[in-house]
Amino acid sequence: MVDNNKGFQLFAHFMMILLALFCMIPFALLIVSSITDEKTLIHNGYSFIPSALDFTAYKFLLSDSNSIVKAYGITLLVTAIGTAANIVLTTLMAYPLSRKDLPGRNVFSFFIFFTMLFSGGLVPSYIMWTQYFDIKNTIWALIVPGMLLTAFNIIMMRTYFTTNIPEAVVEAAKIDGASESGTLMKVILPMSMPIMATLGLLVGLSYWNDWLNGLYYITDADLFSIQVLLNKMLLDVQFLMSSASSGMGSGLSATLPSTAIKMAVAVLGCLPVMVIYPFFQRFFVKGITVGAVKG
Amino acid sequence: MLIPGCIYILINNYIPMSGLTIAFKKINYRIGIWDSPWVGFKNFEFLFKTREAWTITRNTILYNVTFIVIGTFIAVGVAMLLNTVRQNAARKTYQTLILLPHLISIVVVSYLVYGFLSSESGFVNNSILEKLGLHPISWYSTSKYWPYIIVIVSIWKSFGYSCIIYYATLVGIDKSYYEAAVIDGANKWKQMKHITLPGLKSIIIILTLMSISKIFYSDFGLFYQVPMNSGALIDATNTIDTYVYRGLTKLNNVGMASAAGFYQSIVGFVLVIAANYMVKKIDKDSALF
Repeated sequence: MVDNNKGFQLFAHFMMILLALFCMIPFALLIVSSITDEKTLIHNGYSFIPSALDFTAYKFLLSDSNSIVKAYGITLLVTAIGTAANIVLTTLMAYPLSRKDLPGRNVFSFFIFFTMLFSGGLVPSYIMWTQYFDIKNTIWALIVPGMLLTAFNIIMMRTYFTTNIPEAVVEAAKIDGASESGTLMKVILPMSMPIMATLGLLVGLSYWNDWLNGLYYITDADLFSIQVLLNKMLLDVQFLMSSASSGMGSGLSATLPSTAIKMAVAVLGCLPVMVIYPFFQRFFVKGITVGAVKG
Repeated sequence: MLIPGCIYILINNYIPMSGLTIAFKKINYRIGIWDSPWVGFKNFEFLFKTREAWTITRNTILYNVTFIVIGTFIAVGVAMLLNTVRQNAARKTYQTLILLPHLISIVVVSYLVYGFLSSESGFVNNSILEKLGLHPISWYSTSKYWPYIIVIVSIWKSFGYSCIIYYATLVGIDKSYYEAAVIDGANKWKQMKHITLPGLKSIIIILTLMSISKIFYSDFGLFYQVPMNSGALIDATNTIDTYVYRGLTKLNNVGMASAAGFYQSIVGFVLVIAANYMVKKIDKDSALF
Protein backbone atom coordinates (compact mmCIF):
# COMPACT_ATOMS: atom_id res chain seq x y z
CA MET A 1 0.00 0.00 0.00
CA VAL A 2 1.24 3.46 -0.79
CA ASP A 3 0.94 5.14 2.50
CA ASN A 4 2.32 8.32 3.89
CA ASN A 5 0.00 8.45 6.82
CA LYS A 6 2.14 8.62 9.98
CA GLY A 7 -0.73 7.59 12.22
CA PHE A 8 -1.42 4.43 10.30
CA GLN A 9 2.27 3.54 10.23
CA LEU A 10 2.39 3.85 13.99
CA PHE A 11 -0.73 1.76 14.32
CA ALA A 12 0.82 -0.99 12.17
CA HIS A 13 3.99 -0.95 14.28
CA PHE A 14 1.97 -1.05 17.46
CA MET A 15 -0.08 -4.02 16.31
CA MET A 16 2.95 -5.91 15.04
CA ILE A 17 4.80 -5.35 18.30
CA LEU A 18 1.79 -6.69 20.19
CA LEU A 19 1.69 -9.76 17.95
CA ALA A 20 5.41 -10.33 18.27
CA LEU A 21 5.04 -10.14 22.05
CA PHE A 22 2.12 -12.56 21.88
CA CYS A 23 4.47 -14.98 20.15
CA MET A 24 7.42 -14.42 22.47
CA ILE A 25 5.81 -14.18 25.89
CA PRO A 26 5.33 -17.92 26.41
CA PHE A 27 9.02 -18.44 25.71
CA ALA A 28 9.88 -15.74 28.21
CA LEU A 29 7.81 -17.48 30.85
CA LEU A 30 9.53 -20.74 30.03
CA ILE A 31 13.04 -19.34 30.30
CA VAL A 32 12.44 -17.27 33.42
CA SER A 33 10.73 -20.20 35.14
CA SER A 34 13.67 -22.47 34.42
CA ILE A 35 16.02 -20.18 36.35
CA THR A 36 13.68 -19.36 39.19
CA ASP A 37 14.46 -20.54 42.68
CA GLU A 38 12.49 -23.70 43.53
CA LYS A 39 10.97 -22.34 46.73
CA THR A 40 9.71 -19.29 44.91
CA LEU A 41 8.20 -21.56 42.28
CA ILE A 42 6.37 -23.69 44.76
CA HIS A 43 5.06 -20.64 46.53
CA ASN A 44 4.26 -18.28 43.66
CA GLY A 45 4.11 -20.55 40.63
CA TYR A 46 5.69 -19.75 37.29
CA SER A 47 5.99 -16.03 36.73
CA PHE A 48 7.81 -13.46 34.64
CA ILE A 49 9.46 -11.57 37.47
CA PRO A 50 10.66 -14.04 40.07
CA SER A 51 11.87 -12.90 43.46
CA ALA A 52 14.89 -15.19 43.47
CA LEU A 53 17.02 -16.73 40.74
CA ASP A 54 18.66 -20.08 40.80
CA PHE A 55 20.52 -22.07 38.16
CA THR A 56 20.48 -25.42 39.92
CA ALA A 57 18.18 -26.94 37.32
CA TYR A 58 20.73 -26.39 34.56
CA LYS A 59 23.67 -27.46 36.69
CA PHE A 60 21.83 -30.64 37.37
CA LEU A 61 20.73 -31.25 33.79
CA LEU A 62 24.14 -30.69 32.32
CA SER A 63 25.95 -32.86 34.79
CA ASP A 64 27.47 -35.92 33.21
CA SER A 65 25.87 -39.31 32.68
CA ASN A 66 22.47 -37.77 32.78
CA SER A 67 19.70 -39.01 30.53
CA ILE A 68 19.26 -35.55 29.03
CA VAL A 69 22.81 -35.39 27.76
CA LYS A 70 22.33 -38.79 26.21
CA ALA A 71 19.03 -37.82 24.60
CA TYR A 72 20.73 -34.78 23.15
CA GLY A 73 23.38 -36.99 21.62
CA ILE A 74 20.78 -39.30 20.11
CA THR A 75 18.82 -36.41 18.67
CA LEU A 76 21.95 -34.90 17.14
CA LEU A 77 22.93 -38.22 15.62
CA VAL A 78 19.45 -38.90 14.26
CA THR A 79 19.16 -35.39 12.87
CA ALA A 80 22.54 -35.62 11.15
CA ILE A 81 22.04 -39.07 9.62
CA GLY A 82 18.40 -38.48 8.77
CA THR A 83 18.97 -35.15 7.09
CA ALA A 84 21.94 -36.37 5.07
CA ALA A 85 20.13 -39.51 3.95
CA ASN A 86 16.99 -37.58 3.14
CA ILE A 87 18.80 -35.03 0.98
CA VAL A 88 20.75 -37.72 -0.89
CA LEU A 89 17.61 -39.76 -1.59
CA THR A 90 15.60 -36.69 -2.56
CA THR A 91 18.29 -35.56 -4.98
CA LEU A 92 18.55 -39.02 -6.51
CA MET A 93 14.80 -38.98 -7.14
CA ALA A 94 14.44 -35.37 -8.18
CA TYR A 95 17.26 -35.19 -10.70
CA PRO A 96 16.12 -37.97 -13.07
CA LEU A 97 12.56 -36.69 -12.81
CA SER A 98 13.69 -33.26 -13.89
CA ARG A 99 15.06 -34.67 -17.14
CA LYS A 100 12.68 -34.73 -20.04
CA ASP A 101 14.41 -37.76 -21.61
CA LEU A 102 13.67 -40.09 -18.69
CA PRO A 103 11.67 -43.06 -19.96
CA GLY A 104 8.40 -43.51 -18.08
CA ARG A 105 8.75 -40.11 -16.44
CA ASN A 106 5.03 -39.69 -15.96
CA VAL A 107 4.69 -43.09 -14.36
CA PHE A 108 7.39 -42.24 -11.81
CA SER A 109 5.90 -38.83 -11.18
CA PHE A 110 2.52 -40.33 -10.49
CA PHE A 111 4.05 -43.04 -8.32
CA ILE A 112 5.50 -40.31 -6.11
CA PHE A 113 2.63 -37.91 -6.33
CA PHE A 114 -0.03 -40.41 -5.40
CA THR A 115 1.49 -40.74 -1.92
CA MET A 116 0.43 -37.16 -1.29
CA LEU A 117 -3.19 -38.00 -1.99
CA PHE A 118 -3.67 -41.27 -0.25
CA SER A 119 -2.08 -43.00 2.66
CA GLY A 120 -2.54 -46.19 4.58
CA GLY A 121 -2.53 -44.37 7.87
CA LEU A 122 -1.01 -45.21 11.19
CA VAL A 123 -2.28 -48.72 11.87
CA PRO A 124 -0.92 -50.56 8.81
CA SER A 125 2.36 -48.61 8.97
CA TYR A 126 2.78 -49.40 12.61
CA ILE A 127 2.10 -53.08 12.09
CA MET A 128 4.45 -53.24 9.12
CA TRP A 129 7.38 -51.52 10.82
CA THR A 130 7.06 -53.43 14.04
CA GLN A 131 6.06 -56.89 12.81
CA TYR A 132 7.98 -57.21 9.57
CA PHE A 133 10.94 -54.87 9.96
CA ASP A 134 11.44 -55.28 13.68
CA ILE A 135 12.23 -51.65 14.02
CA LYS A 136 10.89 -51.22 17.52
CA ASN A 137 13.49 -49.93 19.96
CA THR A 138 16.23 -49.43 17.43
CA ILE A 139 17.75 -46.15 16.40
CA TRP A 140 16.33 -46.73 12.90
CA ALA A 141 12.84 -46.19 14.25
CA LEU A 142 13.73 -42.55 14.77
CA ILE A 143 15.14 -42.14 11.28
CA VAL A 144 13.32 -44.32 8.80
CA PRO A 145 9.52 -44.43 9.15
CA GLY A 146 7.81 -41.70 7.21
CA MET A 147 10.60 -39.17 7.29
CA LEU A 148 13.33 -40.37 4.99
CA LEU A 149 11.76 -39.17 1.79
CA THR A 150 8.67 -37.11 1.16
CA ALA A 151 6.88 -36.51 -2.11
CA PHE A 152 6.63 -32.84 -1.31
CA ASN A 153 10.39 -32.34 -1.09
CA ILE A 154 11.03 -34.33 -4.24
CA ILE A 155 8.60 -32.15 -6.16
CA MET A 156 10.11 -28.98 -4.71
CA MET A 157 13.61 -29.99 -5.73
CA ARG A 158 12.54 -31.23 -9.14
CA THR A 159 10.84 -27.91 -9.81
CA TYR A 160 14.02 -26.11 -8.83
CA PHE A 161 16.07 -28.24 -11.24
CA THR A 162 13.70 -27.72 -14.14
CA THR A 163 13.32 -23.99 -13.66
CA ASN A 164 16.78 -22.92 -12.54
CA ILE A 165 19.11 -25.14 -14.52
CA PRO A 166 19.03 -24.64 -18.28
CA GLU A 167 18.87 -27.81 -20.33
CA ALA A 168 21.81 -26.56 -22.34
CA VAL A 169 24.05 -26.97 -19.32
CA VAL A 170 23.19 -30.65 -19.03
CA GLU A 171 23.65 -31.15 -22.76
CA ALA A 172 27.02 -29.43 -22.71
CA ALA A 173 28.16 -31.72 -19.92
CA LYS A 174 27.02 -34.72 -21.94
CA ILE A 175 28.91 -33.58 -25.02
CA ASP A 176 32.00 -33.20 -22.88
CA GLY A 177 31.61 -36.88 -22.02
CA ALA A 178 30.32 -36.61 -18.46
CA SER A 179 28.34 -39.60 -17.15
CA GLU A 180 24.91 -39.09 -15.60
CA SER A 181 26.27 -39.28 -12.08
CA GLY A 182 29.18 -37.07 -13.05
CA THR A 183 26.77 -34.47 -14.39
CA LEU A 184 24.77 -34.56 -11.20
CA MET A 185 27.82 -34.27 -8.94
CA LYS A 186 29.92 -31.76 -10.86
CA VAL A 187 27.36 -29.66 -12.71
CA ILE A 188 23.96 -29.82 -11.09
CA LEU A 189 24.87 -29.87 -7.41
CA PRO A 190 27.09 -26.78 -7.42
CA MET A 191 24.25 -24.92 -9.10
CA SER A 192 21.65 -26.06 -6.59
CA MET A 193 23.07 -24.93 -3.28
CA PRO A 194 20.14 -22.62 -2.41
CA ILE A 195 17.54 -25.40 -2.63
CA MET A 196 19.85 -27.85 -0.86
CA ALA A 197 20.31 -25.44 2.01
CA THR A 198 16.61 -24.67 2.25
CA LEU A 199 15.49 -28.29 2.15
CA GLY A 200 18.34 -29.36 4.41
CA LEU A 201 17.26 -26.91 7.08
CA LEU A 202 13.59 -27.86 6.84
CA VAL A 203 14.37 -31.57 7.00
CA GLY A 204 16.84 -31.05 9.84
CA LEU A 205 14.21 -29.11 11.73
CA SER A 206 11.63 -31.84 11.26
CA TYR A 207 14.08 -34.46 12.54
CA TRP A 208 15.03 -32.33 15.52
CA ASN A 209 11.38 -31.73 16.39
CA ASP A 210 10.13 -35.21 15.68
CA TRP A 211 8.64 -37.05 18.60
CA LEU A 212 5.97 -39.16 16.92
CA ASN A 213 8.31 -41.87 15.71
CA GLY A 214 9.76 -41.98 19.20
CA LEU A 215 6.30 -42.20 20.72
CA TYR A 216 5.21 -44.97 18.39
CA TYR A 217 8.28 -47.12 18.21
CA ILE A 218 10.53 -46.45 21.21
CA THR A 219 9.89 -47.72 24.70
CA ASP A 220 13.50 -48.17 25.74
CA ALA A 221 14.57 -45.12 27.75
CA ASP A 222 18.14 -45.44 26.49
CA LEU A 223 17.01 -44.56 22.99
CA PHE A 224 14.85 -41.56 23.80
CA SER A 225 15.47 -38.50 21.70
CA ILE A 226 15.19 -35.16 23.43
CA GLN A 227 11.60 -34.60 22.28
CA VAL A 228 10.47 -38.02 23.41
CA LEU A 229 12.16 -37.47 26.73
CA LEU A 230 10.39 -34.13 27.07
CA ASN A 231 7.11 -35.79 26.28
CA LYS A 232 7.67 -38.49 28.90
CA MET A 233 8.75 -36.01 31.56
CA LEU A 234 5.68 -33.87 31.16
CA LEU A 235 3.21 -36.71 31.29
CA ASP A 236 4.92 -38.69 33.96
CA VAL A 237 6.40 -37.11 37.06
CA GLN A 238 7.70 -40.46 38.23
CA PHE A 239 9.75 -40.69 35.11
CA LEU A 240 11.35 -37.33 35.76
CA MET A 241 12.38 -38.48 39.20
CA SER A 242 13.70 -41.85 38.14
CA SER A 243 15.69 -40.59 35.18
CA ALA A 244 16.99 -37.77 37.31
CA SER A 245 18.14 -39.90 40.17
CA SER A 246 19.89 -42.36 37.91
CA GLY A 247 22.25 -39.53 37.08
CA MET A 248 22.84 -38.18 40.53
CA GLY A 249 22.50 -40.94 43.03
CA SER A 250 19.20 -41.48 44.75
CA GLY A 251 19.88 -39.36 47.83
CA LEU A 252 19.64 -36.15 45.90
CA SER A 253 16.31 -36.72 44.25
CA ALA A 254 14.44 -35.40 47.25
CA THR A 255 16.02 -31.97 46.87
CA LEU A 256 15.61 -31.83 43.13
CA PRO A 257 14.17 -28.61 41.81
CA SER A 258 11.65 -30.58 39.76
CA THR A 259 9.33 -27.68 38.98
CA ALA A 260 12.18 -25.71 37.48
CA ILE A 261 13.75 -28.73 35.83
CA LYS A 262 10.64 -29.31 33.76
CA MET A 263 10.99 -25.89 32.23
CA ALA A 264 14.76 -26.18 31.90
CA VAL A 265 14.47 -29.37 29.84
CA ALA A 266 12.00 -27.67 27.54
CA VAL A 267 14.40 -24.75 27.13
CA LEU A 268 17.16 -27.16 26.18
CA GLY A 269 14.80 -28.89 23.76
CA CYS A 270 14.14 -25.78 21.72
CA LEU A 271 17.37 -23.89 22.32
CA PRO A 272 19.21 -25.07 19.20
CA VAL A 273 16.29 -24.05 17.01
CA MET A 274 16.05 -20.62 18.63
CA VAL A 275 19.80 -20.06 18.33
CA ILE A 276 20.14 -21.18 14.72
CA TYR A 277 16.92 -19.74 13.41
CA PRO A 278 17.71 -15.99 13.25
CA PHE A 279 20.80 -16.69 11.13
CA PHE A 280 18.98 -18.87 8.63
CA GLN A 281 15.69 -17.05 8.78
CA ARG A 282 15.69 -16.27 5.06
CA PHE A 283 16.02 -19.97 4.19
CA PHE A 284 13.03 -20.86 6.32
CA VAL A 285 10.97 -18.08 4.80
CA LYS A 286 12.08 -19.18 1.36
CA GLY A 287 11.16 -22.77 2.08
CA ILE A 288 7.68 -21.71 3.14
CA THR A 289 7.00 -19.45 0.19
CA VAL A 290 8.45 -21.85 -2.38
CA GLY A 291 6.68 -24.81 -0.86
CA ALA A 292 3.31 -23.18 -0.48
CA VAL A 293 2.97 -22.15 -4.07
CA LYS A 294 2.76 -25.64 -5.53
CA GLY A 295 6.05 -27.51 -5.54
CA MET B 1 19.33 -43.47 -9.53
CA LEU B 2 15.64 -43.79 -8.89
CA ILE B 3 15.89 -47.23 -7.35
CA PRO B 4 16.66 -46.48 -3.66
CA GLY B 5 14.01 -43.80 -3.42
CA CYS B 6 11.40 -45.90 -5.19
CA ILE B 7 12.04 -48.83 -2.88
CA TYR B 8 11.62 -46.60 0.13
CA ILE B 9 8.38 -45.13 -1.16
CA LEU B 10 7.11 -48.58 -2.01
CA ILE B 11 7.77 -49.78 1.51
CA ASN B 12 6.88 -46.67 3.45
CA ASN B 13 3.83 -45.58 1.49
CA TYR B 14 2.45 -48.32 -0.71
CA ILE B 15 2.65 -51.39 1.49
CA PRO B 16 0.64 -49.67 4.26
CA MET B 17 -1.99 -48.82 1.64
CA SER B 18 -2.49 -52.51 0.98
CA GLY B 19 -2.55 -52.91 4.75
CA LEU B 20 -5.81 -50.99 4.81
CA THR B 21 -7.46 -54.34 4.25
CA ILE B 22 -6.86 -55.14 7.92
CA ALA B 23 -9.85 -52.92 8.61
CA PHE B 24 -11.91 -55.85 7.31
CA LYS B 25 -10.13 -58.45 9.40
CA LYS B 26 -10.01 -59.64 12.95
CA ILE B 27 -6.34 -59.31 13.65
CA ASN B 28 -4.60 -62.08 15.46
CA TYR B 29 -0.87 -61.51 15.72
CA ARG B 30 -0.18 -65.13 16.53
CA ILE B 31 -1.38 -66.47 13.23
CA GLY B 32 -0.18 -63.43 11.31
CA ILE B 33 -1.98 -60.65 9.51
CA TRP B 34 -2.47 -62.41 6.21
CA ASP B 35 -4.02 -65.46 7.82
CA SER B 36 -6.29 -63.52 10.16
CA PRO B 37 -9.93 -64.19 9.36
CA TRP B 38 -12.03 -61.78 7.32
CA VAL B 39 -14.92 -60.25 9.19
CA GLY B 40 -16.41 -58.03 6.49
CA PHE B 41 -17.77 -54.78 7.87
CA LYS B 42 -17.90 -55.92 11.51
CA ASN B 43 -15.17 -53.47 12.60
CA PHE B 44 -17.04 -50.59 11.01
CA GLU B 45 -20.30 -51.69 12.58
CA PHE B 46 -18.69 -51.66 16.00
CA LEU B 47 -17.02 -48.33 15.35
CA PHE B 48 -20.09 -46.49 14.17
CA LYS B 49 -22.23 -47.88 16.95
CA THR B 50 -20.01 -46.23 19.55
CA ARG B 51 -20.57 -42.67 20.67
CA GLU B 52 -16.91 -41.95 19.89
CA ALA B 53 -17.39 -42.28 16.15
CA TRP B 54 -19.61 -39.22 16.20
CA THR B 55 -17.48 -37.34 18.73
CA ILE B 56 -14.22 -37.77 16.85
CA THR B 57 -15.75 -36.85 13.51
CA ARG B 58 -17.42 -33.78 14.96
CA ASN B 59 -14.28 -32.67 16.83
CA THR B 60 -11.99 -33.16 13.88
CA ILE B 61 -14.20 -31.24 11.49
CA LEU B 62 -15.31 -28.46 13.84
CA TYR B 63 -11.79 -27.70 15.03
CA ASN B 64 -10.49 -27.63 11.49
CA VAL B 65 -13.28 -25.33 10.31
CA THR B 66 -12.54 -22.98 13.20
CA PHE B 67 -8.82 -23.03 12.45
CA ILE B 68 -9.48 -22.28 8.78
CA VAL B 69 -11.86 -19.37 9.41
CA ILE B 70 -10.04 -17.64 12.26
CA GLY B 71 -6.60 -18.53 10.97
CA THR B 72 -7.19 -17.12 7.51
CA PHE B 73 -8.72 -13.96 8.89
CA ILE B 74 -5.81 -13.28 11.23
CA ALA B 75 -3.10 -14.26 8.75
CA VAL B 76 -4.47 -12.01 6.01
CA GLY B 77 -4.87 -9.13 8.43
CA VAL B 78 -1.37 -9.48 9.81
CA ALA B 79 0.09 -9.81 6.31
CA MET B 80 -1.52 -6.48 5.41
CA LEU B 81 -0.17 -4.83 8.55
CA LEU B 82 3.27 -6.23 7.82
CA ASN B 83 3.05 -4.83 4.34
CA THR B 84 2.29 -1.36 5.70
CA VAL B 85 5.45 -1.29 7.78
CA ARG B 86 8.04 0.45 5.66
CA GLN B 87 11.21 0.10 7.70
CA ASN B 88 12.99 -2.97 6.35
CA ALA B 89 14.69 -3.92 9.57
CA ALA B 90 11.49 -3.69 11.61
CA ARG B 91 9.59 -5.74 9.06
CA LYS B 92 12.25 -8.47 9.11
CA THR B 93 12.19 -8.55 12.88
CA TYR B 94 8.42 -8.89 13.09
CA GLN B 95 8.49 -11.58 10.45
CA THR B 96 11.18 -13.49 12.32
CA LEU B 97 9.37 -13.30 15.63
CA ILE B 98 5.91 -14.34 14.47
CA LEU B 99 7.32 -17.31 12.59
CA LEU B 100 9.19 -18.70 15.58
CA PRO B 101 6.27 -20.61 17.14
CA HIS B 102 5.89 -22.52 13.90
CA LEU B 103 9.40 -23.95 14.26
CA ILE B 104 9.05 -25.22 17.80
CA SER B 105 8.02 -28.79 18.37
CA ILE B 106 4.55 -29.39 19.73
CA VAL B 107 6.09 -31.06 22.76
CA VAL B 108 7.77 -27.82 23.76
CA VAL B 109 4.49 -26.03 23.05
CA SER B 110 2.79 -28.29 25.55
CA TYR B 111 5.35 -27.17 28.15
CA LEU B 112 4.56 -23.56 27.35
CA VAL B 113 0.86 -24.25 27.84
CA TYR B 114 1.64 -26.14 31.03
CA GLY B 115 3.58 -23.14 32.33
CA PHE B 116 0.42 -21.08 32.05
CA LEU B 117 -2.19 -23.62 33.04
CA SER B 118 -0.63 -26.04 35.51
CA SER B 119 -2.94 -26.15 38.52
CA GLU B 120 -0.29 -25.85 41.24
CA SER B 121 2.33 -23.66 39.64
CA GLY B 122 0.72 -22.29 36.49
CA PHE B 123 0.95 -18.60 35.73
CA VAL B 124 -2.79 -18.11 35.20
CA ASN B 125 -3.88 -19.67 38.47
CA ASN B 126 -1.13 -18.14 40.60
CA SER B 127 -0.60 -14.72 39.13
CA ILE B 128 -3.90 -13.79 37.51
CA LEU B 129 -6.83 -15.59 39.14
CA GLU B 130 -5.39 -15.29 42.64
CA LYS B 131 -4.75 -11.56 42.31
CA LEU B 132 -8.29 -11.09 41.06
CA GLY B 133 -9.54 -13.01 44.05
CA LEU B 134 -10.91 -15.85 41.95
CA HIS B 135 -10.68 -19.53 42.68
CA PRO B 136 -7.98 -21.42 40.84
CA ILE B 137 -9.24 -23.58 38.00
CA SER B 138 -7.94 -27.03 37.44
CA TRP B 139 -7.49 -26.60 33.72
CA TYR B 140 -6.40 -30.09 32.88
CA SER B 141 -9.60 -31.63 34.13
CA THR B 142 -12.20 -29.10 33.01
CA SER B 143 -13.11 -29.82 29.45
CA LYS B 144 -15.28 -26.79 28.74
CA TYR B 145 -12.25 -24.49 28.37
CA TRP B 146 -10.36 -26.70 25.99
CA PRO B 147 -12.02 -25.81 22.70
CA TYR B 148 -10.77 -22.25 23.27
CA ILE B 149 -7.36 -23.29 24.49
CA ILE B 150 -6.82 -25.59 21.51
CA VAL B 151 -7.87 -22.89 19.06
CA ILE B 152 -5.62 -20.27 20.66
CA VAL B 153 -2.63 -22.61 20.72
CA SER B 154 -3.19 -23.67 17.14
CA ILE B 155 -3.50 -20.09 15.90
CA TRP B 156 -0.47 -19.03 17.96
CA LYS B 157 1.60 -21.74 16.35
CA SER B 158 0.48 -21.36 12.78
CA PHE B 159 -0.56 -17.80 11.95
CA GLY B 160 3.01 -16.67 11.28
CA TYR B 161 3.40 -19.38 8.68
CA SER B 162 0.34 -18.54 6.61
CA CYS B 163 0.92 -14.84 7.17
CA ILE B 164 4.24 -15.15 5.39
CA ILE B 165 2.63 -16.85 2.42
CA TYR B 166 0.07 -14.06 2.13
CA TYR B 167 2.74 -11.44 2.63
CA ALA B 168 4.82 -12.93 -0.20
CA THR B 169 1.79 -12.57 -2.45
CA LEU B 170 1.13 -9.01 -1.31
CA VAL B 171 4.67 -7.97 -2.13
CA GLY B 172 4.04 -9.22 -5.65
CA ILE B 173 1.13 -6.84 -6.26
CA ASP B 174 2.18 -4.12 -8.66
CA LYS B 175 2.78 -0.86 -6.76
CA SER B 176 1.49 1.21 -9.63
CA TYR B 177 -2.08 0.07 -8.93
CA TYR B 178 -1.89 1.78 -5.56
CA GLU B 179 -0.30 4.89 -7.02
CA ALA B 180 -3.08 5.12 -9.59
CA ALA B 181 -5.68 4.58 -6.88
CA VAL B 182 -4.20 7.36 -4.75
CA ILE B 183 -4.30 9.74 -7.72
CA ASP B 184 -7.93 8.80 -8.21
CA GLY B 185 -8.55 9.72 -4.61
CA ALA B 186 -9.08 6.22 -3.15
CA ASN B 187 -8.69 6.06 0.59
CA LYS B 188 -7.14 3.21 2.52
CA TRP B 189 -10.31 1.17 2.74
CA LYS B 190 -10.99 1.51 -0.94
CA GLN B 191 -7.42 0.49 -1.76
CA MET B 192 -7.75 -2.54 0.45
CA LYS B 193 -11.13 -3.51 -0.94
CA HIS B 194 -10.36 -3.02 -4.61
CA ILE B 195 -6.66 -3.86 -4.91
CA THR B 196 -5.29 -5.78 -1.95
CA LEU B 197 -8.09 -8.26 -1.37
CA PRO B 198 -8.66 -9.07 -5.05
CA GLY B 199 -4.91 -9.57 -5.35
CA LEU B 200 -4.99 -12.08 -2.52
CA LYS B 201 -8.22 -13.74 -3.57
CA SER B 202 -6.84 -16.68 -5.47
CA ILE B 203 -4.18 -17.60 -2.89
CA ILE B 204 -6.76 -17.38 -0.09
CA ILE B 205 -9.09 -19.69 -1.97
CA ILE B 206 -6.32 -22.13 -2.78
CA LEU B 207 -4.95 -22.33 0.76
CA THR B 208 -8.47 -22.69 2.12
CA LEU B 209 -9.31 -25.50 -0.27
CA MET B 210 -6.06 -27.22 0.63
CA SER B 211 -6.98 -27.02 4.30
CA ILE B 212 -10.45 -28.31 3.53
CA SER B 213 -8.88 -31.29 1.81
CA LYS B 214 -7.12 -32.04 5.09
CA ILE B 215 -10.19 -31.48 7.23
CA PHE B 216 -10.31 -35.13 8.24
CA TYR B 217 -6.79 -35.03 9.63
CA SER B 218 -5.66 -33.33 12.79
CA ASP B 219 -2.35 -32.41 14.36
CA PHE B 220 -1.87 -35.36 16.67
CA GLY B 221 0.44 -33.46 19.02
CA LEU B 222 -1.97 -30.60 19.46
CA PHE B 223 -4.79 -32.86 20.57
CA TYR B 224 -2.80 -35.49 22.43
CA GLN B 225 0.22 -33.74 23.87
CA VAL B 226 -1.02 -30.25 24.67
CA PRO B 227 -3.95 -31.48 26.83
CA MET B 228 -1.41 -33.92 28.34
CA ASN B 229 -3.49 -36.93 27.30
CA SER B 230 -5.86 -36.10 30.13
CA GLY B 231 -8.79 -38.48 30.38
CA ALA B 232 -11.15 -35.83 31.70
CA LEU B 233 -10.73 -33.79 28.54
CA ILE B 234 -11.34 -36.55 26.07
CA ASP B 235 -14.73 -35.34 24.87
CA ALA B 236 -13.25 -32.01 23.89
CA THR B 237 -9.93 -33.25 22.56
CA ASN B 238 -10.47 -36.63 20.94
CA THR B 239 -10.01 -36.53 17.17
CA ILE B 240 -9.70 -39.26 14.59
CA ASP B 241 -5.92 -39.27 14.87
CA THR B 242 -5.82 -39.54 18.64
CA TYR B 243 -8.55 -42.16 18.55
CA VAL B 244 -6.57 -44.31 16.14
CA TYR B 245 -3.46 -43.99 18.27
CA ARG B 246 -5.25 -44.82 21.50
CA GLY B 247 -7.00 -47.74 19.86
CA LEU B 248 -3.70 -49.04 18.59
CA THR B 249 -1.82 -48.81 21.87
CA LYS B 250 -3.95 -48.36 24.96
CA LEU B 251 -7.29 -50.00 24.33
CA ASN B 252 -5.64 -52.69 22.31
CA ASN B 253 -8.43 -52.57 19.83
CA VAL B 254 -6.69 -52.80 16.48
CA GLY B 255 -9.92 -53.59 14.66
CA MET B 256 -11.68 -50.35 15.51
CA ALA B 257 -8.49 -48.31 15.17
CA SER B 258 -7.92 -49.65 11.69
CA ALA B 259 -11.56 -49.11 10.77
CA ALA B 260 -11.25 -45.50 11.91
CA GLY B 261 -7.98 -45.17 9.97
CA PHE B 262 -9.64 -46.58 6.86
CA TYR B 263 -12.55 -44.18 7.26
CA GLN B 264 -10.07 -41.30 7.52
CA SER B 265 -7.99 -42.40 4.51
CA ILE B 266 -10.98 -42.84 2.21
CA VAL B 267 -12.89 -39.71 3.16
CA GLY B 268 -9.60 -37.77 3.13
CA PHE B 269 -8.85 -39.01 -0.37
CA VAL B 270 -12.29 -38.03 -1.66
CA LEU B 271 -11.89 -34.59 -0.12
CA VAL B 272 -8.47 -34.03 -1.73
CA ILE B 273 -9.85 -34.96 -5.14
CA ALA B 274 -12.89 -32.74 -4.66
CA ALA B 275 -10.86 -29.78 -3.41
CA ASN B 276 -8.45 -30.09 -6.28
CA TYR B 277 -11.31 -30.18 -8.73
CA MET B 278 -12.57 -26.90 -7.30
CA VAL B 279 -9.13 -25.31 -7.39
CA LYS B 280 -8.84 -26.31 -11.01
CA LYS B 281 -12.08 -24.54 -11.82
CA ILE B 282 -10.87 -21.34 -10.20
CA ASP B 283 -7.27 -21.26 -11.31
CA LYS B 284 -5.87 -23.95 -13.54
CA ASP B 285 -2.23 -23.31 -12.67
CA SER B 286 -2.70 -23.73 -8.95
CA ALA B 287 -4.24 -27.17 -9.08
CA LEU B 288 -2.17 -29.98 -7.65
CA PHE B 289 -2.73 -32.17 -10.67
